[in-house]
Amino acid sequence: MSTEPSAHRDNAREDALHAAQGTGSSASDADAREPRQAAVPALGFAGMLRWAWTQLTSMRTALMLLLLLAVAAVPGSVFPQRVQDSFAVQAWIDDNPTLGPVLDALQMFDVYSSVWFSAIYLLLFISLIGCIIPRARKHWQQMRSAPPRTPRRLERLPEYGAVELNHPDGEDAAESSRPGPTPEQALEDAARILRKRRYRVETRPQRNEAGEVTSGSVGAEKGYLKEVGNILFHVSLVGVLIFVALGAMFSYRGQKIIVEDEGFVNALVAYDNFYPGTWFSEDQLEPFMIRLDGFERAFDRELVDGEPGPHYGQALDFAADVTVQEGPGDEPEQRQLRVNHPLSLGGANVYLPGNGYAPVVTVRDGEGEVAFSGPVITRPDDGTYSSMMVLKVPDAQPEQLGFVGLFLPTAHDTGDGMAVSVDPELHNPQLHLNSYYGDLGLDDGTPQNVYVLETEDLEVLNSRETDAGGIVLSPGDTQELPNGLGSIEFEGVQDYIAIDITYNPGETAVLICALTATAGLVTSLFTRRRRAWVTVERTDAGRTLVRYGLLSRGEDFSLREENIALRSEFEKAWPVRAPEENTES
Amino acid sequence: MTIPVLTVQLPSINVQLAEYSELFTLISACLYTLAFILFTVDTARSSATIRRVEAELAAEQSSSRERVGAAAGTASSGAAASEASASPATSGSGTGAPGAADRPEGTSAGSAAAEPELVDADMAYLGTRRPFANVAIALTAVGAAGHAFAVVARGLAASRWPLGNMYEFLVGAALVVTVVYLAALLRRDLRFLGIFVLGLVVTMMVAATIGFPTPVGHVQPALQSPWIAIHVSLAVLAISLFTLTFAMNVLQLVQSRREKALESAGGEGRFERTVARWQFMRLVPQAFSLESWAYRLNAVAFVFWTVGPLITGAIWAQQSWGRYWGWDPKEVWTFVIWVVYAGYLHARATRGWTGNRAAWLSIIGFGCIIINYAVVNVFFPGLHSYAGLPE
Ligand code: HEM
Repeated sequence: MSTEPSAHRDNAREDALHAAQGTGSSASDADAREPRQAAVPALGFAGMLRWAWTQLTSMRTALMLLLLLAVAAVPGSVFPQRVQDSFAVQAWIDDNPTLGPVLDALQMFDVYSSVWFSAIYLLLFISLIGCIIPRARKHWQQMRSAPPRTPRRLERLPEYGAVELNHPDGEDAAESSRPGPTPEQALEDAARILRKRRYRVETRPQRNEAGEVTSGSVGAEKGYLKEVGNILFHVSLVGVLIFVALGAMFSYRGQKIIVEDEGFVNALVAYDNFYPGTWFSEDQLEPFMIRLDGFERAFDRELVDGEPGPHYGQALDFAADVTVQEGPGDEPEQRQLRVNHPLSLGGANVYLPGNGYAPVVTVRDGEGEVAFSGPVITRPDDGTYSSMMVLKVPDAQPEQLGFVGLFLPTAHDTGDGMAVSVDPELHNPQLHLNSYYGDLGLDDGTPQNVYVLETEDLEVLNSRETDAGGIVLSPGDTQELPNGLGSIEFEGVQDYIAIDITYNPGETAVLICALTATAGLVTSLFTRRRRAWVTVERTDAGRTLVRYGLLSRGEDFSLREENIALRSEFEKAWPVRAPEENTES
Repeated sequence: MTIPVLTVQLPSINVQLAEYSELFTLISACLYTLAFILFTVDTARSSATIRRVEAELAAEQSSSRERVGAAAGTASSGAAASEASASPATSGSGTGAPGAADRPEGTSAGSAAAEPELVDADMAYLGTRRPFANVAIALTAVGAAGHAFAVVARGLAASRWPLGNMYEFLVGAALVVTVVYLAALLRRDLRFLGIFVLGLVVTMMVAATIGFPTPVGHVQPALQSPWIAIHVSLAVLAISLFTLTFAMNVLQLVQSRREKALESAGGEGRFERTVARWQFMRLVPQAFSLESWAYRLNAVAFVFWTVGPLITGAIWAQQSWGRYWGWDPKEVWTFVIWVVYAGYLHARATRGWTGNRAAWLSIIGFGCIIINYAVVNVFFPGLHSYAGLPE
């Protein structure tokens, strides 16, 4: 034991183990309390490297890196992150023109892919690997070698006991009904009892010249699974990291909005937004097809005493009725897409993160031509689906036209000329729009957000401030624009859904690693690793004296119970003399 | 061409039952407040309790002397005990020999000669009468029964798992804290924790009913999943255990200061000297045993946290949002908490970090939990923003 190098220089439990067993090098006793300050040795490059490696793989470094990792993760919850919402990041930077760029340079908006965050977890995992390998090797040796040698003084162990047995020749027969065992017999019995308690056992008899067993000891150890669990846990963490990384590299994720009766074919050009992993290639996209046949929303309609209840109008369920086709040659199938119930298509999953209303409008230009006709995606802003609507009509002649405003599913006039939506369903759908004309700025090819209309360089046609007033339309209504620049007609309302399509081949492996990590963790935390030794000797009176000691590696809150259990097993097996006669106690 | 596709029709809310639920929540909150007051009185009267215990002890002393001596031959040796008490810096924790080093019979010979130990290191009941604390416990038990009814009734009223918003989360967590505490009381004398546990429970109940009052209702589509039962319940379980260990670790720090002050006979700083005079701390177990109990609970709670918020959270996120981990503020803090407690478990195995330093990590971990629920839910927007907060 003492000759084996410890896999951990600063493992407090190993210190304690050595101290209790009396095998520790004096060094581990001396600085058991004070962290060792390793001096930088003047050993040249190789020496430096070895020193650095030792430092990196020490428990204390691992602890520091863990704590550092926790601290480093925090800014990601304080500042908006690009992985989640790049618009929010841009808005934050625009709002804080001095601090924003500085934080951006420090990668505060990409915390989890930043250099510093990656450095911490990579160092941690290198440390982890440097830690597991020697530990696993050492444990492998321990599992295959005999239990540790018997300490000289069992009474120094945390749990200790001794029993004196009746004389083997029946000298005590007057006091007790049966004679005690010989040392040889006692040694065998002790080994048997320990084996029954699932210890791994080695018997170490000492013989005199005649070959008789006069004394000896049994070394025993159990709970090797504790360390196996610990190693499994840490290895599984490495597995999680590897598969998270691999999965992310081959993954893709995309978003698409589908209006009722529209279809989508899984191809790069069809996406509204697409985020490929580093090693994504286009032929990973299986050409499946989805078509939105119908969409249903359910809202809370609970009445309390005839009045709307406290959650009246809250969304309860969304269900999209879709037709899917796995591949060009496959049969179309009717399926349902709901929140929490993704569809699995061609290895990818399809989710339903959002939905809304798409009013169908037709815009005629100043020359009477239809410049736009179709559904316009509006963005719901609140629980009543008051939705932002932006419509750009660059094809209109002689002036390009733009519309900005609200779609209200159940419009209600508040009295001061402002309308709000009071319900998410289509009880009184209305469009409330302002209109503009001028150069929409779409012709020079700069990409624009379709949900934002820059109105600074445009002339106002309709708004509450102008003589013409704002545009207010119910389905079927048409309104002429001022100056003969055209007209807008509100034809009806369609539903749309926003779908997310994600593909991540690492998911299953990550889950498996997470589960084995948990299994390892539970085994490691709740298995007890125990060592037991029994020594047998003959007293001057010729009786057999059995001593035993117990020691645990790591936490063991029931070592005393083990002591008591062992003792009662001994008392069952042997005629034990009463304690007051027991000279050793 | 709109086909009616909805298959789920949610059952309507049982308003009557919902009202009973709210009533019983209030009743139990009142009972807990009373219990808290009684625990405070018990704490304030600790010197009287101590005098009574000392009298009892003195009466017992003479008769028990022999019994201890003849403790069936398993008595730990004096050598081990004195070794353990010679390492006060680590409070004897993590020495791999927790069983023996700290038993009353081992220590009574050493440092505590001036003041006999009044409590057991295993926190077993020693038959001490503490009438105020006992009535407080009875009130807590009655309160917990009403509280349990309130939570079940709320779930039945809405026909769903009653952990769907901040209000229900707080009320549920308060119930689990109380039940875990009461269950532990059956086996261990944790009366010294009462003032802290009830203080936290009352705080949670007040925060729920005044801070986030939410009438019974259905939950939004994303929350209608069987995972909510596993995910949130495990989180609640873990948090209630972390709450208990938080109180124990704080007491441990105070107690170890006190032990140090007593050992060096007042040569320490002012805080230590003040603490040394706090009579109540004599009814609190030794720092070492607080530490090892806190560790046992923290280990269980860590497993719950791993399986609950972390793993089932990721599975559910994968099903609901299409990715298993996306660094949403709530996910960030779940991760931070996990790493801090992993650090705590590590620290206990690292030389120089056992004992009080590890306790600080456990306390910081609890601080992170508070941030996760009190700050993140309220101030940080994210996918988890369905805490049911008033807008
Ligand atoms: C990703 C980073 C890590 C995490 C999350 C982590 C987590 C844990 C946890 C929760 C435990 C306690 C449960 C158990 O005993 O199995 C533990 C134990 C342990 N860890 Fe880690 N660990 C990490 C990295 C490391 C590294 C880098 C080392 C090596 C320096 C290390 C060495 C150990 C050892 C030796 C134990 C057992 C302590 C003992 O009981 O003797 N771990 N770890």
